[in-house]
Amino acid sequence: MIQRGEGPPRAKHGARVAKSWVNDPRARGLFYQALLVAALAALIGYAWRNAVVNMEARGIPLGLGFWNETAGFDINMSLIDYSALSTYGRAFWVGLVNTLLVAAISIALATPLGFAVGVARLSPNWILARLALVYVEIMRNTPLLLQLLFWYNAVLKALPGPRQSLSVYGVLLLNNRGLYLPRPIFADGAVGIAVALALGIVAAVGYAYWAARRQARTGEQAPVGLVGAALVLLLPAAAYFLLGQPVSFGFATLSGFNLKGGLQLFPEFAALVFGLVTYTAAFIAEIVRAGVLAVSRGQSEAAAALGLRRSLAMKLVVVPQALRLVIPPLTSQYLNIVKNSSLAVFIGFPDLVLIFSGTVLNQTHAAVQVMAITMGVYLVISLAIAYVLNVYNARNALKER
Amino acid sequence: MSADASLAYVRTESEPRLDPPLFERGAIAWVRANLFSSWASGLLTVALLAFAVWCIPPLIAWATWKAIWVAPDGALCRAHQDGACWAFIAQKTGYLAYGSYPEVERWRVVVTELVGLALIVWLLWPGAPQKRAGAWGLFVIYPVLAFLLLSGAPSLGLPRVDTLLWGGVFVSLVTALVGIVVSLPLGVLLALGRRSELPVVRLASVIFIEFVRGVPFITVLFMANNMLPLFLPPGWEPDRFLRPLVGIALFSAAYMAEEVRGGLQTLNKGQYEGAMALGLDYSRMMRLVVLPQALALVIPGIVNNFIGLFKDTTLVAIVGVNDFLAAMDNAFKDTLWAGPSILPTGYFFAALFYFVFCYAMSKYSSGVERRLSVGNKR
Repeated sequence: MIQRGEGPPRAKHGARVAKSWVNDPRARGLFYQALLVAALAALIGYAWRNAVVNMEARGIPLGLGFWNETAGFDINMSLIDYSALSTYGRAFWVGLVNTLLVAAISIALATPLGFAVGVARLSPNWILARLALVYVEIMRNTPLLLQLLFWYNAVLKALPGPRQSLSVYGVLLLNNRGLYLPRPIFADGAVGIAVALALGIVAAVGYAYWAARRQARTGEQAPVGLVGAALVLLLPAAAYFLLGQPVSFGFATLSGFNLKGGLQLFPEFAALVFGLVTYTAAFIAEIVRAGVLAVSRGQSEAAAALGLRRSLAMKLVVVPQALRLVIPPLTSQYLNIVKNSSLAVFIGFPDLVLIFSGTVLNQTHAAVQVMAITMGVYLVISLAIAYVLNVYNARNALKER
Repeated sequence: MSADASLAYVRTESEPRLDPPLFERGAIAWVRANLFSSWASGLLTVALLAFAVWCIPPLIAWATWKAIWVAPDGALCRAHQDGACWAFIAQKTGYLAYGSYPEVERWRVVVTELVGLALIVWLLWPGAPQKRAGAWGLFVIYPVLAFLLLSGAPSLGLPRVDTLLWGGVFVSLVTALVGIVVSLPLGVLLALGRRSELPVVRLASVIFIEFVRGVPFITVLFMANNMLPLFLPPGWEPDRFLRPLVGIALFSAAYMAEEVRGGLQTLNKGQYEGAMALGLDYSRMMRLVVLPQALALVIPGIVNNFIGLFKDTTLVAIVGVNDFLAAMDNAFKDTLWAGPSILPTGYFFAALFYFVFCYAMSKYSSGVERRLSVGNKR
């Protein structure tokens, strides 16, 4: 028979030994936690008191009153209305929009580049794999700031002036004042094209949904890619001609000492996006490579045994399994792009950190409020991305039996 | 027997072995398999080779025989713009390495660097003896020694050197070292806190870690620079160099904590249970059983973290610290050397410096990883 626990230890005469709370794990746990709370509260309270005293002594405003004051500085790139007469609050929004713009464009460009380099790393072509490796190692082992400074100071700033612009058939122009793209000029009816595009996308998605349902029911396949592409491309094209070509393009041309017309991308913006894209693509490439390598060889062999072509085996067997491994680190790279876009400070691109934690902080001296708001913004972005990732992971987790 | 042999129609000796067909062996086979396996691959190879020939030889020429190696000032470099201007780097070596640290005192920097290097090699060398002593040396004795040597101690006959004069490579190294030396113990504590059974401890750790990991390093630096003086009692003005160091230590502690947590999670549950069965209390269980194994597992992660940290130290320039990259940028401002080849030369040199450092460490880290995975495979 197994001896069960014998109850609390007994002293010689059978009397219970009083159990000291010092040896009770729960009491000790509570004590430690209370200690931590007290210590943290004391630390924060002390810092807070000091901050109030210091800020009053230096005449720094305590509240958020500065938000509605006139900023008085100019910002050379803003997507929303802004002038030196606008408020600090307005400047904050300009910075936030610029940060999000840079992040969105960089993510959109870094993803395909990273996937391409990652696939090149795995290519059977030796020289392609080697070049991809060299690219990845150089990018990953030098600081992003160094790369940004190089692109901005040594490449873009060293370009010739507007009169000697580098030109690609007059469509793309590059000089030390930035990169000039054709600027779309919208006439009446241009909205129709956008509507047609939206309709095309909706129709393509609907068709893909219908085709998937039908294939699940009957096994018949449909040319989803072809029909979808046709819908998305042809509907806007048809609208374009039916509405009498309401969109034209303005090209940059030399007038006086500068280029006029066209869509000018400032060198700060171009350097930041280019640097972020090339840097992050190297990390994405390694993620993609690791994901593909992690799919066991037996999977592609089994696909081949089933008679799938190599491309189909990739599309139907390898990539879906690799994606589950690729997506989580990929999202954290996206998050890194958002955070790294703050390096804009060093090359003078007016992002959230440069405008708000830089200029606004220096003018108002409201360090605590400004830093709290700036960090809060990044925190919200981070948590939002983390939340989306968690939802994705929960949906795509391996169903284990 | 001999008669039978003459009648035999089966060969008694084997035909001399032939080599595989010419196209299936040696270099030709390799080239066929790896460079020209298909039409597309062959075209790609030709295009990429052309690209390599187009860019690599000119780069080598730029960096070597077209470069200016010795010159008193920028005039020669301005005259030869198609080559690097190494004379510029040579002229600025002292400034790039030590900043404005007084020349007669620079031996102190060298001693600090060598001692730190020795301690790190000791700790990272696989199978080096007495690692416990090495850890004590790096995490306890070395910071004190480095502080006394670099900052100065008049009572020991070392004149004070203000941190305003510090700069160059040595500041980058100090920043990275402070980051790792402070963040490793702090990160271990935070990781243990995040896995603690006490909800308040866990919550506090999670909030700190996720907060720091959710914001850009620059904002942490700004915060350390602008807010730290506000949080301290009036009259306390922390040193200009100390503030970003606090920021970098807290920042990397959060990342280190996640690294260590990964190690704690991979450790078999039986290790915890075995330690508890032996009657060890929490601190002994962690110190004697769990952490030695968990930390060994995460060495590659820690080294990778350190690479990131080392690259991130370039950002301290934003709060006025004259690190290597900032010193390089300052050196560019010398009008004596102004010229179109100076910037590319300087950035190329800086990139080479960071690359050598980070690449070596990443090779070390992947080597350790391979060794660990061999040990874990059965």
